[in-house]
Amino acid sequence: MSLPLPESVDAVIELLAAENYVCDRQLATALFLSLKLSRPLFLEGAPGVGKTELAKTLARALNTLLLRVQCYEGLDVAQTAYEWNVARQMIEIRLAEAAHDVDREQLTRNLYARSMLIERPLLQALTQTRSPVLLIDELDRADEPFDAFLLEVLAENQLTIPEYGTVVAAAPPITLITSNRTREIHDALKRRCLYHWVGFPSVERELDIVRLKAPGASDRLYRQVVEFVQRMRTLDLFKSPGVAETIDWTNALVALNSMQLDPASVQDTLGVLLKHQDDIVRMQSGDTAKLLDELRAKALL
Amino acid sequence: MIADNIVHFARVLRGAGMAIGPDRVLAALAAVELVGLQRREDVHAALSAVMLERHEQQPLFDAAFDTFWRDPKLLEQMMYLLLPKISGRGDKQRAPRANRLAEALSVPKAPPPPNPANQTAKEEVQFDTHFSFSDRERLQKADFESMTTAEYELAKKLAEQLPLPVDPVRRRRHEAATNARHGGRLDLRATLQRMARQPHTLEPLYTRPREELPSLVVLIDISGSMDRYSRLLLHYVHGLMRRALKVHTLTFGTRLTNITRCLKERDPDVALRLADEQVQDWKGGTRIASSLHEFNRLWARRLLGANAALLLVTDGLDRDEHGDLSAAAAQLHRLAHQVVWLNPLLRFEGFEARASGVRALLPHVDRFLPVHNLASLADLGSALRATPVAPHTLLH
Repeated sequence: MSLPLPESVDAVIELLAAENYVCDRQLATALFLSLKLSRPLFLEGAPGVGKTELAKTLARALNTLLLRVQCYEGLDVAQTAYEWNVARQMIEIRLAEAAHDVDREQLTRNLYARSMLIERPLLQALTQTRSPVLLIDELDRADEPFDAFLLEVLAENQLTIPEYGTVVAAAPPITLITSNRTREIHDALKRRCLYHWVGFPSVERELDIVRLKAPGASDRLYRQVVEFVQRMRTLDLFKSPGVAETIDWTNALVALNSMQLDPASVQDTLGVLLKHQDDIVRMQSGDTAKLLDELRAKALL
Repeated sequence: MIADNIVHFARVLRGAGMAIGPDRVLAALAAVELVGLQRREDVHAALSAVMLERHEQQPLFDAAFDTFWRDPKLLEQMMYLLLPKISGRGDKQRAPRANRLAEALSVPKAPPPPNPANQTAKEEVQFDTHFSFSDRERLQKADFESMTTAEYELAKKLAEQLPLPVDPVRRRRHEAATNARHGGRLDLRATLQRMARQPHTLEPLYTRPREELPSLVVLIDISGSMDRYSRLLLHYVHGLMRRALKVHTLTFGTRLTNITRCLKERDPDVALRLADEQVQDWKGGTRIASSLHEFNRLWARRLLGANAALLLVTDGLDRDEHGDLSAAAAQLHRLAHQVVWLNPLLRFEGFEARASGVRALLPHVDRFLPVHNLASLADLGSALRATPVAPHTLLH
């Protein structure tokens, strides 16, 4: 059964907004096309800009199952697609042996029956009656052989199991792939997907996001936080804070009952925004004061 | 008649370095019979479909086809003149030579006549820049000479045989093994398949973690003081890329340039020419600290994943007042699985780490490869075979 999918780009934005996900038009268009054309969507971008969150939100909004493959080096078929229930198979063999009735043909059929398969996320994604959302998270962390393995699932919505045959999806999954670009993903895989680079949001959009995701602060503080973080991103930092960090920081400031940004509160909570010692040292030695001065000049403080 | 011609044509192509055996000649005959002789482009398409095995061979094939179907005799003479005379049996790698020929066919150009007086003068002027360094940005071209046949053969041999400057890393992916030692484990699926084939037996099969060479990122200093080594080192890196190894190459002098795509070209001369066009700061000043910093910020996370190793090729002579070389090197060391420093500027035995740049870099490398008097690829080879120097022993 295929899902009732949004009929326009605006409908996509609305659908996600209903689940508290603020999405810019370009991303919504990419997602809309991916749904319409039944092509996987390849999302690349810095950590903490809402790539994984998009998949989770989409599954919630479409009221369907989310299947997630978290990638890491050495990931193989047994962990992602399927595994034979070897323990059961062994028993089957022992039983056949004990009954002195070893009919090879029959035994092989029994051993490699569907009931002997343990389904992992990729296979599960192909066997649902209602299209699930399949999230292949941080694909760049898996090694290259895994990319090649994904090609069949992504392009054909099917999986070939040598001992069993080919499983074709009745309800093709909605596939989202995310990558932090710690390596280049092979062109053959990208070719089968629609590509979208998720960048940092604009001031207004980030304000909307923070208001939704970190309730409880004053409008003034929201604006200060967002303006401050946006300025930080223009600095030459090793790792610029993502939207996730902005949300965390706002929550931290609310928890500390800060009414507005001041050098002391920024100093104390810098570890929420920045995770590299070099960056923290750099901010502490002058850049924090400079950014706060800039905010003051714009009458935000 | 047509059979004679095709056989003859195949022989010419074979002489030019393409691997065309009798099987291909037979296939070519069948192909031409099938498409007929009415249209020239059909014959061309049929023959190229049968005779080519790599896209790079197409220009040579086209040139040969055009000439041959005008006058077979002329082509043979041309090929004969253009062929570099290589003696020796078993030329396994024919393609690069053929590619070199293709270039020669398209641009028939004689080398400029040598002018002894002029050359010595030029060398004297250059001597100063070879061993000096500066932080001025000077944009210029390298103009590499193309390889001689002997150089080409040597580079190929070295690239295939030289020990790599990096250690293999253990992967999490497994391969079949004979026993459970060295981190191996039972492979139940394979064991069961064996059981199903031979009931009443139980022969456990194992897997073990695969060990393989990590991908390699090469950072080459191409500033004035390193100028005489650039060509050599690029040839070496090009050779490495031809091995089954993932190599990314970046050059730095006053700016950082990624030349990986250029070096993907199979032919070393073409690859170096592309790199020459891409890189703007040959023979200029050195800004090691800023270059390393920029690499850390923009490239390290993209290229140094999966336990990649970094090969840093520089003399360590830095004139970068703005950058903190020690901090940049330390960060690089944290990002890369292993850092190997190849320093080609050791002209004397008994090296002492005196230059400030050298002292700043040494604590942050895992392996130090000094090359005494790097004049040829053979020197590089012996340096790579020598036992590496532990960096900390030099810091006294």
